Amino acid sequence: MENLKNLHDVLIIGGGIIGTFVARELSKYDLEVGLIEAKNDVGDGCSGANSAIIHSGYDPLPGTLKAKFNVLGNLMWDEIAEELDVHFYRIGSLTIALEDNQLEVLNSLAHRAKENGVEVKLLNAKEVKELEPNINPNVKGALLAPTAGIVDPFLAVVKAMENAMDNGVKLYLNNRVEKITKEENIYIVKTNKGEYKSRVVINAAGVHSGEIANMIEPIDWKVIPRKGEYFLLDHFMYGFVNHTIFPLPSEKGKGVLFTLTTSGNLMFGPSSEEIEDLDDVSTDKLTLDSVKSQALNLIPNIPMHKVIRVFSGNRPTTTRHDFIIEPAKSDKNFINVAGIESPGFASAPAIAKYVVDELVNDVISLKEKNNYISHVRKHPNLYDMGLENRAKFVENNPEFGEVICNCEKISLGEIKDTLNRNCAPTSIKGIKKRCRAGFGSCQGGFCQSRIIEILAEHYNLSPLDVLYDKEGSNILIDTIKEGK
Amino acid sequence: MKTVDLVIIGGGSAGMAAALQAKKEGISDILILEKDECLGGILNQCIHNGFGLTEFKEELTGPEYLWRFVDQIHEEKIPYICNAQVIDLSKDKIIKYSKYGLVETIKAKAIVMATGCYERSAGAIQLPGDRCTGVITAGLAQKYLNIKGYMVGKRVVILGSGDIGLIMARRLTLEGAKVICVSEIMPYSAGLNRNIQQCLKDYDIPLYLSRTVSKVVGKNRLEKVTLSSVDENMNFIPGTEMEIECDTLVLSVGLVPYISLLNYIGCPIGPTKGAIVNNYMETKIDGVFACGNCLHVHDVVDFVTEEGRNAGHGAALYIKNLIKNDGEISVIPGREISYVVPQFIDKKTNENVTLKLRVRKPLKDQFVVVKSGDRIISKTYKLGVVPSEMILLNLSIDKINEINEELTVELEGK
Repeated sequence: MENLKNLHDVLIIGGGIIGTFVARELSKYDLEVGLIEAKNDVGDGCSGANSAIIHSGYDPLPGTLKAKFNVLGNLMWDEIAEELDVHFYRIGSLTIALEDNQLEVLNSLAHRAKENGVEVKLLNAKEVKELEPNINPNVKGALLAPTAGIVDPFLAVVKAMENAMDNGVKLYLNNRVEKITKEENIYIVKTNKGEYKSRVVINAAGVHSGEIANMIEPIDWKVIPRKGEYFLLDHFMYGFVNHTIFPLPSEKGKGVLFTLTTSGNLMFGPSSEEIEDLDDVSTDKLTLDSVKSQALNLIPNIPMHKVIRVFSGNRPTTTRHDFIIEPAKSDKNFINVAGIESPGFASAPAIAKYVVDELVNDVISLKEKNNYISHVRKHPNLYDMGLENRAKFVENNPEFGEVICNCEKISLGEIKDTLNRNCAPTSIKGIKKRCRAGFGSCQGGFCQSRIIEILAEHYNLSPLDVLYDKEGSNILIDTIKEGK
Repeated sequence: MKTVDLVIIGGGSAGMAAALQAKKEGISDILILEKDECLGGILNQCIHNGFGLTEFKEELTGPEYLWRFVDQIHEEKIPYICNAQVIDLSKDKIIKYSKYGLVETIKAKAIVMATGCYERSAGAIQLPGDRCTGVITAGLAQKYLNIKGYMVGKRVVILGSGDIGLIMARRLTLEGAKVICVSEIMPYSAGLNRNIQQCLKDYDIPLYLSRTVSKVVGKNRLEKVTLSSVDENMNFIPGTEMEIECDTLVLSVGLVPYISLLNYIGCPIGPTKGAIVNNYMETKIDGVFACGNCLHVHDVVDFVTEEGRNAGHGAALYIKNLIKNDGEISVIPGREISYVVPQFIDKKTNENVTLKLRVRKPLKDQFVVVKSGDRIISKTYKLGVVPSEMILLNLSIDKINEINEELTVELEGK
């Protein structure tokens, strides 16, 4: 019960994009802040399996929280990405009309964009084809939103947490919240590992936010997670797709879209299926087949042999169908930040700021730190430094010359750099998320054995104890007979 | 900038053979760049026997086979650098490689690409179901067992009957695991007949054909897989599901030429997923040659060695300025042929050419016919043909010199 001694001012439940961004925002102030995460890394829920688009904000209905925070959040990403040393590119989005009668819908979307205060431009078929040569040739027109962007979703979460920890926030991994009680104005959050005390609790538990909110009081909303299945392709050529490409939005969401990752991989999806098991991230053939056929409708010549991965993530959709960012009815010291589905990534910086400046500020006085560190220590990214500088850098930092991941050309130095920071990875997946080792064509076939050795050495473990992902996900189960 | 006549990227069977051949033909300024810590490539982990039947007329293990070449590399004093990863390549043959403490730039007169292949992953085949551990490619499992000394599972299902999958069925059994079955989506095996006998039948491991994994289930580690039969369009047939409890699914679902460096220089790629080449193994990029599994995936290493020699020979001719490039004859895969290597033949060649090809499906009583227009250049009878066994066809210079139009290679029933 060591933790009982530590009284927090604010305790955040959930280490996704919202939890970590709120943690970082809070770390600007003189506060004891902790973040509780059920898994062994941050960003492993919905935040690690989504489209990673920083939406422009033209789409949400005017007046909704989604519209408000999307538009505000989008504007904040340039600065945040720079501070967190995360790749972020405003590649723009195109919403495509494939039938003449859909042009009217584009017009109304353009009107909605104006209401939301988002810059858009209507394009005719010829203009669309010039921007996207591989688009369905039957395209009739498109709505271009130049401010839409893409971000590295793994690093956005990890780096926000790292920066928060650089500023004193504590991270409690592998803690699944079981019960929350309140004694003498102090919350006691009981997990499978211990008890944590705090004056204020922020519920940012994603698909589990309904369960957490219910621990305090009955709630009038419910999380109905919707699974989205995706295809990820190897990076194979520049210019095959240049923007995020949406079909016309429907009731179910933004539909099967095409986008690029910040490392140039092509991605398409998601499906939209209501599910019961909150942690079910399986894929199935029928759904993937349907995603594929919808995708082929936008881009008819997808090189399917370049697919390197299929995956799924669960959006924390709620019965309110808008973001829920408000204190519990019975207590202002318990703040729910729930239902953060698309456009969650775009909105996250603005949501974090609102939660801290308005909702937390309402219950505790905030005093700015004078030693706040706004930037993470820059990651030595060999790819970005160019080949000339790379030679000099490697001379002085020899481990950056030893390439471990052949496909993505990631060096030992880059891998070790992720291990020698706050919010360091503890698993093979953790390393993959942070520096892309194992992310390429062979999906770790060549480098996984080395990554296991690097993790084992760093944490002084037997390779048998190294995890791929969650607890129980060991790759190696025993030594061979000769090894005994 | 350092200059080298011939740089060979990849020090496996293909790369070593290319280096030795070029040396034999008088090229002395050679450098082999190898990404791993020693020469030999994937053969280092192939501790089973069956290598060298053509090359040495004896049965060797992978390491025995490769060491015969490493010895020659040492005897010939051919320089090589291990742990060296090529990080950039340009069309004018400027190579940048990286190793511990060093990034170096070299200008080469000719390059032989011998970078091997990689395994298709669970993602590449869109394996349906949970994302749990215990799903592993056969080559990686082999590396863990044979190089690192670790077991990857106890109750194993193998998906895909490619040779590595078959070899691993036996290897895992010998190491104490229960290999429950091998499941193959096609109606025939993708492996060599001798491996089906020696690795499955000898150990009573069943091989299920036209059946694949329709679902993997496991919270953290694999708990079970569902196998389903598939129809001719590869769709699961409802009602044929078979649940098998297992902790490991080994994937042997295909190998793909490893050509990321060729993509850097915009090298045209053919139906093998490797470069398209002429009879000197020269790609469409001037002075860049390719051989071995990065060109097309071979079933027997002896043929990789032979192809490496062809590429080394081609590179030597190129460096000595003896390739004329006065036009070429296309070689087109026709009826029931999935690919032919090379895709082009130099019209002015004064050498015999070996065509290497694979058929699309198993067939009995077939003629392999090489045609130029309506004229039959050669017609070879085969009792049976299968996709897993590469067919070699020799074309003599006299025959090549008779050809004016493109060549087509096709099967013709008896």
